[in-house]
Amino acid sequence: MSEASAHVVHHGPPTSFIRKHVFSLDHKVIGKQYYALALVAVFTGMVLSWIMRIHLVWPNAPIPLLGLLSKVGAPGGIVTPEYYLSLMTMHGTLMVFFVLTNAPFAAFGNYFLPIQIGAEDMAFPRFNMMSFWTTFIAFCILVAAFFVPDGPPLSGWTAYAPLSAIGKDTGPGEGLGQTLWALSIFVFCIASLLGSLNFIATTLDLRTKGMTLARMPIVSWAWFITSCIALLAFAVLLPACLLLILDRAAGTSFFIPSGLNVSDHLQPHQGGSPLLWQHLFWFFGHPEVYIAILPAIGIVSHILICNMRKPMLSHKTIIYCMMGIGFLSYMVWGHHMFLSGMNPFSALVFSFPTLMITIPATIMTLIWLGSLYGSNLRINSASLFSIGFISMFVSGGVSGFFLAQPSIDIYLHATYFVVGHFHMVMGVAAIMGVFAGTYFWFPKMTGRMMSETLGKWHFFFTLIGTYAIFMPFHYLGLAGNVRRYSAFTDDFLVPLIPVHKFITYAALFTGAAQLIFIFNLIYSRFKGAPAPDNPWECTSLEWSTPSSPPPFDNFGGQHLVVYHDPHQYGVKSSTGDYLMQTSPERAGETP
Amino acid sequence: MATTLQPPQTEAERQPRSHSGTGSGGGFHGSVPDRRSLPAVKDSSGEPTRTGIWVGLSAIAMMFAALTSALYVREGAATDWHHIVLPPILWFNTLALIASSIALEVARRRIAAFMRGQEGNRSVPMLWLQITMLLGLVFVVGQYLAWLNLRSQGLYLPTNPNSSFFYVFTGVHVLHVLGGLGGLTRVMLKFHSTTNPLRRSTLDATSYYWHFMGMLWIYLLFVLWMKL
Repeated sequence: MSEASAHVVHHGPPTSFIRKHVFSLDHKVIGKQYYALALVAVFTGMVLSWIMRIHLVWPNAPIPLLGLLSKVGAPGGIVTPEYYLSLMTMHGTLMVFFVLTNAPFAAFGNYFLPIQIGAEDMAFPRFNMMSFWTTFIAFCILVAAFFVPDGPPLSGWTAYAPLSAIGKDTGPGEGLGQTLWALSIFVFCIASLLGSLNFIATTLDLRTKGMTLARMPIVSWAWFITSCIALLAFAVLLPACLLLILDRAAGTSFFIPSGLNVSDHLQPHQGGSPLLWQHLFWFFGHPEVYIAILPAIGIVSHILICNMRKPMLSHKTIIYCMMGIGFLSYMVWGHHMFLSGMNPFSALVFSFPTLMITIPATIMTLIWLGSLYGSNLRINSASLFSIGFISMFVSGGVSGFFLAQPSIDIYLHATYFVVGHFHMVMGVAAIMGVFAGTYFWFPKMTGRMMSETLGKWHFFFTLIGTYAIFMPFHYLGLAGNVRRYSAFTDDFLVPLIPVHKFITYAALFTGAAQLIFIFNLIYSRFKGAPAPDNPWECTSLEWSTPSSPPPFDNFGGQHLVVYHDPHQYGVKSSTGDYLMQTSPERAGETP
Repeated sequence: MATTLQPPQTEAERQPRSHSGTGSGGGFHGSVPDRRSLPAVKDSSGEPTRTGIWVGLSAIAMMFAALTSALYVREGAATDWHHIVLPPILWFNTLALIASSIALEVARRRIAAFMRGQEGNRSVPMLWLQITMLLGLVFVVGQYLAWLNLRSQGLYLPTNPNSSFFYVFTGVHVLHVLGGLGGLTRVMLKFHSTTNPLRRSTLDATSYYWHFMGMLWIYLLFVLWMKL
C-alpha cells in the first residue's frame, strides 16, 4: 500500500487515435470536446431562435426545409403554435444546459484549471472522460426528440408539471419527446456531478508547490466556486427528474394532482403537487444562473487584470463576492414562483435575499469600473468582449432590481421584460465571457493567433446586435406583451409588431455576425500567425507551459514552484512590467 | 484514474525553469532570488481520493435531502397519505448492513497491520472483506424480499404516495449499495494483486462510502418509519 504524493497524476501519453482524440483522458482534449459540443449546441439553439423570430412577425411565411424536419409541427414549413412552443423549449434547454453550463465552466475549466494550479491533469481523468461522454449522450437524447413522431416537448426549459408529467394527452411532443427531455436532463445531471467532483478535488489537492489558495487566479476561484454550486444544485435536479420520469412512465403521482381532466381524458393520478416540481426545479434553477455567470466573471476579471497591466482594486473582494453570490443563490428560488399563489409573506422572504444578491454584484461591478478608470487598457478582442460583458451584466442586472419585488414581478413576470432580463444578464453576458476567453486563450490552445481585426468587427456587431435584440424586450414587457405566444396578429399587441420586426432583423443580423467568429476560429486554427508562448504577457501558469498547445502532461515533466500571486503587473522585472508566478525574482519598484 | 506513488522531490528538482514569457526584457538584471525574502513557498497538495469521496458523499447527501423534502411536501399536498406497515425484514437488513460496516472496519485494521508487517497472513483480512461483501449482498437480497412483501400486499410503485416513496428511497439506496459492492470488489482485487497494489486512500475511501451507506440507510429507515 502506498500513499500518493499529491500533485503527480499520471496517465501515459496517448498512443492511439481513439485515445488521443476521442476517448481521451487528457483534460485539454476533454475541454476542447466540451467547447465543440457547446458550439454545435449554440448554433442549433440560435437557428431555433431565428425560426421563432421569423414566425413571430411573419406567422404565415413558410420556412425552407423546416417542413422536412416536422411534417406535423411545421406543415409546408409554417410553424404551428404548438411547434413554436417546442422550438422555444429546445432553444432554452440547449442554451442553458449545453451552452451556458458547458462552455464557460466545463470547457474552459477543464482546459485551464489544472494548468493554472500547476497540475498535470484533473484528479480523476477517467471520471473526466466519462463526464464529457455522458454529457454527449445527454445531448444526443435531447436532439433525438426532434425526430420522434410527435416531435420535441412544449413545456419550456423549466418543464412545469403537470404539463410535463402527464403524457401525450397534453399536446404534441408531450409523449416520447417529453420523456426524452427528462431522460436527457437526468443524464446531464450525472455528468455535471462527476465534473464538479473532479473540479473540487483537483483544486483542493493538486495545486503545485507554492500555489496556495490565495495565489490562485480569480478565474480558477470562479471555477472552484461554480463547481461547489453545481454539485449541490444538480444533486437536487437529478432526483427531481427521476420523480418526473416515474410520473410519466410508472404511473406515480408526485407532481400530478387529483381530478385532472386533459383532452377529455380523466388522468389516473391523484394527490400530486405541481408546486413540488417548481420548488425542486428552481432550487436548482437559480443557482444554475450563477453556474453560467460566475465562470464568465472569473474569465473577464482574469483578462482585464492582464490587459490593464495592474491588479484589480481588490481581487480578494471579487472572490468573496462570488462566494456570497453562491451562498445566496440557494435562498432565492422562490422569486421564480411569485405567481404560484404563495403567501405574500413568503414572497417577501424570497424577495429580500434576492435584493441582497445585488450587493456583491454591485461591489464587483464597482471594482471592475474603478480598476478600469485611469488604466492604460490594452484594446484587443478579449478585453473588448470583457468590457462588453460588464456592460451586458449591468444592463441586464438592473432590471433584476424590479423583478425581485413581488408587486412589480406579478405584472412583469409573464412578459417579455423577464425574457430581456435573463437573456442579457445570464445569456449574452456569459456568452461575452466565452468569446473573451476564446480570443484570450486561443493562442495557448492552438499555437496560433486569431485575427484581431475580425475579432473587433465581431465584437462591435455582436454588442450592437444583442442590445438591439434585448433592450426592446424590456419595452415590450412594460407594454404588456406576454411571452410564449406564437403570434400577435389578432389582438391588442398588433401595434407592437413593428418592434418585433426590428428585433427579428436584429437577431438575423447578430446571428450572421457570428459567422465572422466561426470563420476566424477555423481560419486561424490552420492559417493564423504562429503564437508566442505568452503573447499577452500574462503571469499565470498557463503561460508557463513549454509549448502551445501544452504537452500532454502540461509542463513537460517539470513541477513548477509558485512564488507569487498572479497579479504582479506594473512592476519592474527582467521580463518587463510583469512577474510570472513561477519567477523567483523579487518585484522591483513600479516603473 | 491512476494516482501513482512518486518519491518526494528534492529541492533541486523543484527549481523552476525559466518561464516562456516574451516580455520586453526591460533591462532589469541581477535579480538574484533571495529565498528568505520571498513569499513562503509550501506544498499545497493533498490526497484527491479522500477529498473526492467526501465531495461525492456530500452530493449523495444532498440528493437524499431533496428526496426527503419532496416526501414531506407531497405528504402535505393531499389527503391520500395513509400509513403502511414496513416489512419486518427491513430490521434484519439493517442489522446486516451494520454488521457489514463492523466487518469492513475490522478488515481495514487488519489490512493496515498486514501492510505494517504485523499481520503475516493475507487471508485473514481477505476473509473479513469477504464477510463484508456477503453481508452487503444479504442486505441487497433482503431489500428485494421487502419489495416482494409489499407486492404481496398489493402495494406497487404507483399504488399510493407512501409506496411510491418507499420504492424510490430503497431503490436509489440499493443502487448506491451496489456501487459500494463494486468498490469492495475493486479493493479485494487490488489487495490480492501484486502488480496493481492496494493504496491506503482507496481502502479508506471505500470504507467511508460503505459506512455512509449504512448511516444513510438508518436515516432513511427512520424517515420511512416516521412517515409511512
